[in-house]
Amino acid sequence: MGGSKIDVKTQVTSGGLSTKKVVMYVLFALAVFGLPIFFQSVQNYFFVRIFALMGIYVMLALGLNIVVGYAGLLDLGYVAFYAMGGYVGMLLGFSFTEGLQGAAYWTMLPAAALAGAGTGICLGFPVLRLRGDYLAIVTLGFGEIVRIALVNNFLGVTNGAKGLPGPDQLVPTPAGQTWITENVRFGDFRFSSDLWWYFVIVLLCALTIFVVRRLDDSRLGRAWVAMREDEVAAASVGVNIVTTKLWAFSLGALWGGIAGVTYAYWVGFISPESFNFMESVLIVCMVVLGGMGSIPGAILGAVIITGLPEFIRWGAQSPFLSNWLTTEQANLAGQYRYLVFGLTMVIMMIFRPQGILPSVRRAMELHPEDPKTLDEANQQLWEAEHNTDTDNDLV
Amino acid sequence: MSIQLVLQQFVNGVTLGGMYALIALGYTLVYGIMLMINFAHSEMFMGGAFVGLFAFKFFAQYEFFTSSGFGLVLLFALTFLVAGVVIGILGVLIERIAYRPLRHAPRLAPLISAIGVSIFLQQAVLLWITARAVPFPNFVPRGGLDLGGVTISNIQLMIVITCIVLLLVLDTFVAKTRIGKAMRATSQDREAASLMGIDINRVIGVAFFIGPALGAVAGIFSGIYYGSIKFDMGFLPGIKSFTAAVIGGIGNLRGAMLGGFLLGIIESLAAGFISSGYKDVIAFAALILVLVFRPGGLLGESVVEKV
Repeated sequence: MGGSKIDVKTQVTSGGLSTKKVVMYVLFALAVFGLPIFFQSVQNYFFVRIFALMGIYVMLALGLNIVVGYAGLLDLGYVAFYAMGGYVGMLLGFSFTEGLQGAAYWTMLPAAALAGAGTGICLGFPVLRLRGDYLAIVTLGFGEIVRIALVNNFLGVTNGAKGLPGPDQLVPTPAGQTWITENVRFGDFRFSSDLWWYFVIVLLCALTIFVVRRLDDSRLGRAWVAMREDEVAAASVGVNIVTTKLWAFSLGALWGGIAGVTYAYWVGFISPESFNFMESVLIVCMVVLGGMGSIPGAILGAVIITGLPEFIRWGAQSPFLSNWLTTEQANLAGQYRYLVFGLTMVIMMIFRPQGILPSVRRAMELHPEDPKTLDEANQQLWEAEHNTDTDNDLV
Repeated sequence: MSIQLVLQQFVNGVTLGGMYALIALGYTLVYGIMLMINFAHSEMFMGGAFVGLFAFKFFAQYEFFTSSGFGLVLLFALTFLVAGVVIGILGVLIERIAYRPLRHAPRLAPLISAIGVSIFLQQAVLLWITARAVPFPNFVPRGGLDLGGVTISNIQLMIVITCIVLLLVLDTFVAKTRIGKAMRATSQDREAASLMGIDINRVIGVAFFIGPALGAVAGIFSGIYYGSIKFDMGFLPGIKSFTAAVIGGIGNLRGAMLGGFLLGIIESLAAGFISSGYKDVIAFAALILVLVFRPGGLLGESVVEKV
């Protein structure tokens, strides 16, 4: 066989698990399951909550990654779906509190997912013909419309700027939580409700990752990529642009809805202020920082952006970092985070538009003039092929 | 609902529309030449208000400016001039740093970069100047014309007249001058224009100077009109002015003016007679409707998709 270089665009996934990868996965799993239990046992409850919050943002970043990363539709109003999930989940839950009791959260989970996806389709229809920057502004407007409607006590049920739950409304504890928190104890270690929520969120994240991963390889996933790279060309080879776009919006929004209802039931309070434009930008920033179209990238982006400022703030009070960092400096780090995120977006776009953990395909699209990425990827493929060739020769 | 009330809302709407038109011109100038939405433009509006405030406070220390009527007029002009020039230079700098390296990148890249710049500038003002709303001196004499129950205050009159004058000057500038001609050529076809010997960087620089400078003027007007300025004051007017530019047909200067006044009037009437809580929704709904039914805008050409 010759050593002809293969076009990487058609050969993106190379299977097989190297030892390095296995070690990485094991460490990752240990961190995901071990760290919160560790923090709980040293009674650092604050960090358990931060971990759960990271999980919420991982879901949001993965959901937005479908729209921005896969389908290439910049959505600046993603927070609308997050809000929709939270409000629909809570309001429906309140209306049936008597009947549902502990099952409220569990039944509202699919309901909120549907509400999110439905809202996604509602947004998708009018913007079908728009591209790029127009789309970004319209989605931004859509996000603001939803927020303003919530502030103005839409249909008389959203309780305006004061948020939910309103007076006489009670957020029911999900079934399964009370038993665990009361019965699982080892000495000082108590399985708190935050820890319980953390594991629920981890499960939901795992589900998200699984579904998104499968979507990436599916017929629909390839249609998204084709549409992203060239809409006209994609349409001419038989991709139905209308349904492909609507699927992108609804499947992306679905995770926003799930994250929204989970956040609402976990924290027990939501108000329109939690769903402002900055929140949308934050999620976009996570996807951009990690790498558009990349699942590990979106996860990393969410963890860094949610976790880093909190970690620095905490570090100043802890014995680990207090030698280097005063409390004032740490608080400053918290205040400066949006400034740093803004700067990060500019710097990333100029120097590394493909993100920290790029998807190979997206990297090439964003950096077409950079032959280095292409060469490296081709080199790897060539070496892989070459190695098998020599093996064959030896046999 | 009396006819006076309708007319009064109409007057308020025209004032608001004048400010929108000034900001919208910045969007449309940049879009026409670069084919990008300068998301940071709303921060030019906000920055203009802050620079204007500092300039005003600086010059007001000197008795020369406050003692005579002529001095006051000079103070007034200097405030606008300083803010316009400073923000214009800021606009050129932003283009150099954040947009120029991305000129040949996919269209999502400069947009994300612009959002980053916008957040950075907002946070810079919040952290390094103030997070609170700052009172803005009202240096326009109070009072105004009273036309049978409809009041047109001096500041309203000033905003509308200044806007119209600036719009006319800009229109003539683009239509008659050499650099204006170069701008029109560049917006038609950048490659061809550069082959004809037009310095594209200079044209883009001029667009990024004029747009932000006009935005700064609008910012000062907004400060005087509403009496206070804040780090996040640019967001809503920015989005609405973009809407105005789209309504008029983006890339079209006269369209931006028309769109600005139209949006201001619609918003003002809707706030008065439908619901003030939902007045921001009206602008966004107008944007979506225009983009869906007439994506080219009122005065724009129909957009032909380039393959």
